[in-house]
Order: sequence, then C-alpha cells, then structure tokens
Amino acid sequence: MRTLPVGDRALLIEVGTGDEAQALHAELLRRRAAGDLAVAEIVPAARTVLLDGVDAPSRLAERLASWEVPPVPPRAEDVVEIPVRYDGPDLADVAAHWDMDEAGVVRTHSAAEFRVAFCGFAPGFGYLTGLPRQVPRRATPRTAVPAGSVALAGPYTGVYPRSSPGGWQLIGTTDAVLWDHARVPAALLSPGTRVRFVPVGAP
Amino acid sequence: MTDRALAVVRAGALTTVQDLGRPGHAHLGVPRSGALDAPAAALVNRLVGNSPEAAVLETTLNGCAVRTRSTLTVAVGGAPCAVTVDGRPAPWGAALRVPGGALLDIGPARSGVRSYLAVSGGVAVEPVLGSRSTDLLSGLGPAPLADATVLPLGPPPRAHARVDVVPHPAPPTELVLRVTLGPRDDWFTTAAVRTFTTRAYTVSTASNRIGLRTEGPALERAVPGELPSEGMVLGAVQVPPDGRPVVFLADHPTTGGYPVIAVVHAADLPATAQAAPGTPVRFVAVRRRG
Repeated sequence: MRTLPVGDRALLIEVGTGDEAQALHAELLRRRAAGDLAVAEIVPAARTVLLDGVDAPSRLAERLASWEVPPVPPRAEDVVEIPVRYDGPDLADVAAHWDMDEAGVVRTHSAAEFRVAFCGFAPGFGYLTGLPRQVPRRATPRTAVPAGSVALAGPYTGVYPRSSPGGWQLIGTTDAVLWDHARVPAALLSPGTRVRFVPVGAP
Repeated sequence: MTDRALAVVRAGALTTVQDLGRPGHAHLGVPRSGALDAPAAALVNRLVGNSPEAAVLETTLNGCAVRTRSTLTVAVGGAPCAVTVDGRPAPWGAALRVPGGALLDIGPARSGVRSYLAVSGGVAVEPVLGSRSTDLLSGLGPAPLADATVLPLGPPPRAHARVDVVPHPAPPTELVLRVTLGPRDDWFTTAAVRTFTTRAYTVSTASNRIGLRTEGPALERAVPGELPSEGMVLGAVQVPPDGRPVVFLADHPTTGGYPVIAVVHAADLPATAQAAPGTPVRFVAVRRRG
C-alpha cells in the first residue's frame, strides 16, 4: 500500500489489485461510519481509493500505514438482480473472443456473481468485477450506446445508465433503471453492491 | 402562475443555474458542479440578502436578459459588464431594485468570462441531489437557459442586505496558478516537469466548466501506457495524450485515466472562471502544506 498526496486536502491510496482496493474501500467506509475517519469523499477506483476533503493528509497517511485491512467482508444485503435480454449486437464478437457460442456467453455472464468495484463515467455507471474472462474494447467506439445496454470491456461488465458514446462490447439490454435522481437512492448500484444478471426472454 | 419568477428573454451563449454544487456523490460518478467563480456568486447573493446556498445565474461571455414579474432586488457581479433596466444604465456590483415587468439586461463581459446574477429569493428550480446546479458533464440539474424559459424564484429573504457595494477582484490579465506536484508527476520526464512549471501556456478556446484547457509546450511522458482509472479532485491538472495540461473545474469527471501532474491550489481556482481564451497561464510549483 502506497499513499500519494493530492494537493493539500486529499490522499490517493494505491494498492496492488482490484480486490485489495475493494477491501480497502470497505474498511475506509467502516472507519468513517465508526467516526474514526473525517473525509468528505471516498472514491474507489481500479487500483486506488481517493480520500478527498481531508484536513491533515500527511497525518492521515501515517495512521493509514499501521492499519490492518481485512479481506472484503460479505455484505449483509441481498444481491441486486438485473434482468437481461441477451440481444446485444456484439454478442457474436464476444463469443468469438471467448471461443464459444453465443449461448455460452449468456451462460458465462449470467452464472457469475459480480461486485461493483467503483463508479464513474456517468452517474450510476458501475464497473463490475467478477467476469471469469476478459474482452477488449471495440476498436471504434460507438457514437451512441442506448440506455440500458449491458456491456463488457477488459475485466469489467456494466450497464449504460443513459444513452452516451461508448466503446464497450454490447451483449444485452435491461429495463432496470440504473439512475433516477428522484429515487432514493438515486443509483441502483454503488461501490460494493453485489449483482447478478438474470436472462429473460429468448435471445 | 406566480409572479415570483423570471422570464428569459435572451438566454445568451451559455447561461446556467448554479449554487454551491452537489459534493459528496463522487463515488457514484456525480460531479460536484456549482458556480465556477464561487466568491463572485457569494458576493452577489450577499448584496441581495440571500443565504450563500441560494442559486444564481452564471453567464458566459455575452450575458443574458430576463424580464421580471414583480419588484425584485438583484445584483450582477463576476465579469464586469454593462447592466441596463429597460434600456437605462444600472449599476454593476451593487444591489438594485427592479420593478415588475422590467427588462434586465446583463451585457457582454468587458473583461473576464462569467457574470453572475443574484435575485432576492434565489432561483428556485427543483433541486437534484440537494443542488440546483446545472452539471454540463452528466446533465444533472436544469438544462442551460433557453429563450422563453421561466425560472421560479424562492420567497424573498426576511433580512435586508447589510452591504450596498462589495469589492470584486478584477479578472486576471495573467493567470498564475500555484500547484503542488503529484500524484503522478513521476509519469513525466524531469524536463517535462520543468517545462510545466516554468514555461508560459495560454487559455484555450476549448475551455469550459469541465476543464480549463491550455495551449503551449506538450509535456513528455516518462511512463507510457494507460493509468487504471483513479479518483480526481477539483483543480487536478490532467495531461491527456496531446500533452497539454487541463485544469479540472467544477463539472470534472470523478474518475479519470490520464495522469495528474499536479493540483492547483483551491484559492487560485476562482480566477480560472474569468480567464478568457488567450489569457497567459503560468503554473508555479509550491511546497505542500497539508
């Protein structure tokens, strides 16, 4: 674990793996809830957690060095199930990358349990880890990916909360509402949420 | 319809509703947003007796015009500009009573970029995640103003403003931004770090509420390849593949994959809101305080 100061009011904590980042994030949330950590924003990402709005970053960095970070604890709440029609235009390409048929892609994706590693790109867009295989981004990004597209890129799967440009491989569609600012909570997925994709209809 | 409202007659190039923003949701991918020149927004709110969290209008370069429906106290600040009420000159940087049915025109910025209009009671559009700010990156909050938009206003403040005129800093003729290096300065060559902190840049026309883009010498990377996405702070100086530094402003993305060479001091950020394209920019490295 390495801490990098970011300006005068933030710290970037860098770890070796995505799992370590998720474990560190869970521990930071636990400590904040316990009143042991004063910070305005805790922003997990691929290999880091950013602590923004910290009064004395160098003092906090010293304290962090002595912390034991347990592995990601199992979350008490239920798994969020996202219904998917596996009808994406890139299903055949993903099947070719994985050397299987399209039904195999559906089985692989719907059998895995995912966890939201971090959010970004757009409100409510979660980067979900747990995919047993990887797939490259598309060589040419699409100028418009429809809202509700279920997609893959690198080690991640995710769902586009709204229409936007994007380079991920589209394998399906969901009617689940990922983001609704009038709802509490607005985001269906937040860092740490467990997710399962459930096939609906015939592809 | 209530007369606590403003009708937009001339929306201007880009006029948005802004308040203190919606910090605290970065982990969900929600930018903080909020007035770019926060001290200017706070001053005009003070002039009309509003609390600091009241929403104001933020114009871009060519102002805007609104028609009142009832007598209102207003104040225009930020970028200096001509202010008129029904065509007659009115003061800038001071509280002003405007009768109902009058046309309040905020002229083009004489210098600087963004003028701010506060109205007693504040702009009372529906808040999103606790803020009325327009976020141009993710589309949260009200859409930018369009001609004929009607903006509801909040109840007038009970307390009268205790100030008539407040001093405004002049828009910068040169932007001097104090930075602390890191977290990813080691992704650049030593020569690039020296270039960054000694050479002159200028504000690019591609600048917006998301970032202050610059033109000038490209910064050469020492480490090739991509950085896994990491959290970004306000004032982060990110260097995209073209090598020109971008200073992240209020609507910046919450995570990013280009290395951050340095972070601008918070106290120096409001001036970036008023730095017109072509303004010289210098990044001055200072030692970390925290």
